[in-house]
Amino acid sequence: MNFETIVGLEVHVELKTDTKIFSPAPAHFGAEPNMNIHVTDLAYPGTLPTLNKRAVEFGMKASMALNCDVAREMNFDRKHYFYPDNPKAYQISQDDRPVGSNGWIEIEVEGKKKKIRIERVHLEEDAGKLTHSDNGYSLVDLNRQGTPLIEIVTEADIRSPEEAYAFLEKLKAIIQYTGVSDVRMEEGSLRCDANISLRPYGQEEFGTKTELKNLNSFNFVRRGIANEVERQEKVLLSGGEIVQETRRYDETTGQTVLMRIKGSANDYRFINDPDLSEIHIDQEWIDRVRAEIPELPDARKARYVQELDLPEYDAHVLTLTKEMSDFFDATVTAGADAKLASNWLMGEVSAYLNAEQKELHDTALTPEGLASMVKLISDGTISSKIAKKVFKELIENGGNAADIVKAKGLVQISDEGTLRTIVSDILNANEQSIEDFKNGKDRAVGFLVGQVMKATKGQANPPLVNKILLEEINKR
Amino acid sequence: MNKFTEEDVRYFANFARIAISDQDAAQFSELISELVGFGDVLNEVDTEGVKPMTHPLQLYNVLRVDVPQDVLDREEMLAGVEEHEDGMIKVPNIL
Amino acid sequence: MTLMKKTATELQTLLHNREVSVKEVTEDSFKQIKALDDKVQAFLTLTEEDALARAEQLDNEPLENRGSLFGLPIGIKDNIITKGITTTCASKMLENFVPVYDAAVVEKVHEAGMISVGKLNMDEFAMGSTTERSAFQTTHNPWKLDRVPGGSSGGSAAAVAAGEVLFSLGTDTGGSVRQPAAFCGIVGMKPTYGRISRYGLVAFASSLDQIGPLTRTVEDNAMLLSAIAGVDHRDSSSSSKEIPNLIAGLTGDIKGLRIAVPKEYMGEGVAQDVKESVQAALTVLESLGATWDEVSLPHSHYASPTYYAIATAEASSNLARFDGIRYGYHPENAKNLNEIYLRARAEGFGTEVKKRILYGTYALSADHHEDLYVKAMKVRTLIAQDFASVFENYDIIVGPTSATTAYEIGGVVRDSLTLYTNDILTVPVNLAGIPAISIPCGFSDGLPIGLQMIGKHFDEATLYRVAHAFEQATEHHKRTPSIGEGQE
Repeated sequence: MNFETIVGLEVHVELKTDTKIFSPAPAHFGAEPNMNIHVTDLAYPGTLPTLNKRAVEFGMKASMALNCDVAREMNFDRKHYFYPDNPKAYQISQDDRPVGSNGWIEIEVEGKKKKIRIERVHLEEDAGKLTHSDNGYSLVDLNRQGTPLIEIVTEADIRSPEEAYAFLEKLKAIIQYTGVSDVRMEEGSLRCDANISLRPYGQEEFGTKTELKNLNSFNFVRRGIANEVERQEKVLLSGGEIVQETRRYDETTGQTVLMRIKGSANDYRFINDPDLSEIHIDQEWIDRVRAEIPELPDARKARYVQELDLPEYDAHVLTLTKEMSDFFDATVTAGADAKLASNWLMGEVSAYLNAEQKELHDTALTPEGLASMVKLISDGTISSKIAKKVFKELIENGGNAADIVKAKGLVQISDEGTLRTIVSDILNANEQSIEDFKNGKDRAVGFLVGQVMKATKGQANPPLVNKILLEEINKR
Repeated sequence: MNKFTEEDVRYFANFARIAISDQDAAQFSELISELVGFGDVLNEVDTEGVKPMTHPLQLYNVLRVDVPQDVLDREEMLAGVEEHEDGMIKVPNIL
Repeated sequence: MTLMKKTATELQTLLHNREVSVKEVTEDSFKQIKALDDKVQAFLTLTEEDALARAEQLDNEPLENRGSLFGLPIGIKDNIITKGITTTCASKMLENFVPVYDAAVVEKVHEAGMISVGKLNMDEFAMGSTTERSAFQTTHNPWKLDRVPGGSSGGSAAAVAAGEVLFSLGTDTGGSVRQPAAFCGIVGMKPTYGRISRYGLVAFASSLDQIGPLTRTVEDNAMLLSAIAGVDHRDSSSSSKEIPNLIAGLTGDIKGLRIAVPKEYMGEGVAQDVKESVQAALTVLESLGATWDEVSLPHSHYASPTYYAIATAEASSNLARFDGIRYGYHPENAKNLNEIYLRARAEGFGTEVKKRILYGTYALSADHHEDLYVKAMKVRTLIAQDFASVFENYDIIVGPTSATTAYEIGGVVRDSLTLYTNDILTVPVNLAGIPAISIPCGFSDGLPIGLQMIGKHFDEATLYRVAHAFEQATEHHKRTPSIGEGQE
């Protein structure tokens, strides 16, 4: 029997506000334990929550960017459970009136486009951090307690691990463009759980699902889902039943492992939080927030393809992060040829960033610098080979390509007379190669070009060298 | 027969994280059964189309500006905590 | 004679004329407390050293900097957070809890130049109406020591009635300021929900709780409310509605006032002596130019179950934070986290608190959420609407504060009709979020009887004006319990 994979994702994204969602304590990653807390975060008796306006607006902004309807009236609810990282023994969240609902984002897998529907986007507070030790106890750090989160819940529209990966990649790009979060999985500002089930093809109703946690990178999401699908398939094919349970992805073994069976033991006893007012969102507020949303990845991608004639692939890669895309736009604005700029950003620049574990803003490269180099390549002033030297200088020390070329004497030799003299000298010293060429060994030309380049320290204009070389050989 | 059985007492006490002795179970079963019976009276009221009143004052959009203030001093906080280590609150494992 | 039997205005004159110092006023309060509180047992904590040090400091303040409450002693109910001073909520759970901040009202009381002398006894976490449910001591009614002072703000009421302090702060979730004020023969105000910041009030039921002043006279009460009311950015439910000059409003003129008397408030559950006192009070009010009619608040009969569902549901949520980890009672030798939770809450909370948490947990559980909790919130809407319709035609509502006078200590009130009637009289006000005041309107067998006046949202001014006019026309407020007499 063949099974269809059904996946829904729950993604938590930390919002980049200066203070927590319900207290005025700073909300920054990386402080000393328990240094960023307010009495409210400790659930001190008598304290009350106060709602951070920016957190609400970030929630609205993310909802809009994800094509959701923004709530006109909403409130916050208490969700009750005991845990040491949850000091009030309730989390303030949104139950029946989330800030965003009925959204979607479009993904593309193997050339096929597909919309993944988003059921809801709701605002809530993050829990504190619990560090488990080996000696039977844990340590509680409440710095993270109260950090604003949005939880994004998809419909069960995802049909493969690759679609899940594509969804997360796109979601991350969109959120990052809006500027409401850093969306860094390694810092925990983006977290993802997956609900996975199988059903025989053609069957309408969903099978029993399991929830998969501890997915710490997009690749682990992909592999975790693939492994869980495999596991469920085996169970079903051997006549077994899937049990509703929470599983964890083990990165070292690549397997999913049982965490706990989901019983009826959860009853969160939601109540509308009487300590917080209702929120009414009017059109004017929506318009104001919407105006702050920059051009999003899909729109940019379309513009790159339609207006700049870039291939779809280039447009996709360039728009994965806002920083790269902004850099590309600025490079083109500074006068660079779009395709050449794209080649450099996707090629040398990305290779450099990967090798050095850096991001664009950590380097000395500026869009103007890159554009100045691309222009010199376009007009033949430097060869690609020289460009690589110039690029190294630009990305490490900054500046302008023309100045570097001048200072280092890297200008391309494009003077025919000069080159012809050099070519003649090389041919005189390599009679055998001329013979080889005339006998049909094309490779010999390559050798001769190499000799010319060597003699000119790589500064000879390669197409011109080729042309002159052939002319001179034919004369002999 | 109590409306709120000893089993009910234990079931809800588990959510509320309150240890219950046999004697407690019997006592609360009796006390809460009274309240449950009392609450049943509400079924007499016709509330068709009535909105629940969650807040006695209809305020909306009470919001705070996103500026840090009033950070709690860690040592002051830990002074009241029974067990702590390295600036963090110490708790035994769950089970 | 003690200074604690004077009014704030009288004391202010003495202070202004330098006939007494703040220190002397403060010392007098402690002298009274030492002489009487062995019997009354109103205070859980005294802060004499701090209070006297502050008094000396305040004596150096120039006269022109002094407000109307300057240098006057106040006691604070022990569910209001005081920085550096143990705040127990009369619970074993918080027996050794020393807070790191001050409640908003405590800040305001200090800004007004008042002197806090200590923390007052109450029913544990404000759950009760006798103050017998304190985990630490039983407070006695100063009028008859074998009687309860009412509750949950029993310590607050008894301390003022006994003449230990001039002022106290209580809290009222379902009648907890008004009923003890009635039992102790003093003035107690439950202001409009949102009038006073709840920041620093240990929450019982967040949508019902409100702090209120207790005093011997209406004018003193209005002064204290003026000092502690107002919007607070730390409490999103506090209102920015302007507070009128309450003292200027005490004109004695209530001509043309339209009074509604709900028939549900004068039903068979109300004791005869109480009914007679209220009727006599209505006659007084009539003689001052008011008129009254009988009206109906048809959903009153559902107020009690509505209140229980909502108050306990919210309490089960608010009291969940007491888990033995970050503060409060920490069980010894717990083997694991779950045992800390289970034992902290089993050993730290008293029976009444546990009962309410359990019923509240039940009310919010998936199976009962809709038919109990949400249903109660809908009935709450109807109860609020009842008031709104009456207030279309009337200025205030008048009735008894309590169905009877103070009960005997230890005597279990088995008469469920009395309990039920008591709830009908006080809890609808909290459910609707409107203000109400209790003032003495008579005595029966040496025990005071309270008259309750209920007003429109944010119209404490009218309540004070009527209460003051009534007070000036009667002698009830001049009577003081004999326990305080004979003190110099």
